Amino acid sequence: MTIAEPSTPVQHEAEHGDHPPFIAHHFEDANHQFESGKLGMWIFLVTEILFFSGMFCAYAVYRSMHPEIFSYAAQFLDSKLGGINTVVLICSSLTAAWSVRCAQLGQRKGLILTLALTIIGAFGFLGIKYVEYSHKFHDGLLPGKYYQVQSESVADVGLAPSVTGAEGDAATTEADSGAAGAHAAVEDEHAGSHAPAEGPEPDNVKIFFGIYFAMTGVHGLHVIIGIGVYIWLLFRAIRGDFRPDYYGPVDFTALYWHLVDLIWIFLFPLLYLIH
Amino acid sequence: MSDHEHAAGGAHVMPVKVLLGVWAALIVLTVVTVWSAQYDLGRIDLVVAMGIATVKATLVALYFMHLRYDKGFHTVVILGALLFVALFVSMSLLDRAAYQPEIDARTVDLKAR
Repeated sequence: MTIAEPSTPVQHEAEHGDHPPFIAHHFEDANHQFESGKLGMWIFLVTEILFFSGMFCAYAVYRSMHPEIFSYAAQFLDSKLGGINTVVLICSSLTAAWSVRCAQLGQRKGLILTLALTIIGAFGFLGIKYVEYSHKFHDGLLPGKYYQVQSESVADVGLAPSVTGAEGDAATTEADSGAAGAHAAVEDEHAGSHAPAEGPEPDNVKIFFGIYFAMTGVHGLHVIIGIGVYIWLLFRAIRGDFRPDYYGPVDFTALYWHLVDLIWIFLFPLLYLIH
Repeated sequence: MSDHEHAAGGAHVMPVKVLLGVWAALIVLTVVTVWSAQYDLGRIDLVVAMGIATVKATLVALYFMHLRYDKGFHTVVILGALLFVALFVSMSLLDRAAYQPEIDARTVDLKAR
């Protein structure tokens, strides 16, 4: 045993039996471990796709049966915020893909930066989602029995900023109490601009919001889980765990993150951009 | 030079140029989706939106997820999943009106109350 060079690979491996510390005992070498992990991740992504397909199926069946509900309800979704969120998620996907490159090339600073940017993007997505959700909660645009939209508040969507003075205050304090008069005035003033183009409200709009909250909610849950995993990766990257022959976790998490992005790429036009 | 970088295990390293190119394409396609949604294209509305989304998804899968440079088996795995999704959704759609009489009866029932 050569004690002169304590950090030779041979010496290093000798300390951990016959393999470097990042390789689990049951793998032959780094490549074997990486390929097994990668296949495992792809199989997991398959289960994720099939899992989400249940909700896409519910969407497809319900939309094909009741297209009028979808065109009516989609007007309550803010396609601007949805579009911004799509861009945020695409940027976050870019930094995730870039983090894999940094890890492969052993660029530790770049890896830390790209992982941090990915986390920031994820938080940005959730922040925008929070704004959207609180609007829906505020307006009673909720699934099932929680759906309670008065006709005034339906016409109220997006009108508050253009209302002045006392009327504006009344409008923002919501439809319940003595604001009905103000709302009636607002309704007259803006008739046709934001009013539902499709005429009267169809039955069972609440089911659209059931589908909306189920799909975006489960997707949002995936974003939250992704943030958790990325914080763990960031911690390990700062600790210096990753090296060009060991970057599996960065690669596999990026695959998961891209799938979350992929699902949103389909959710956005399906939910927000309906005529 | 940067087109032929490889990591230790021989894995393909995605060049920065490709990453940024794919990102730019995804942004442009998002803008196109939002822009085209302003126009009522009638029946092909959904086809256009889903077509653009599929192109975007393919770009993400091929480049961000490295499928183009990866083992072919991973592509087989993912296409297999998509095949089953297609079967699942299309079979369910075939059968979608099967319970309509019960739903109608129940709706009438509820309204009568």
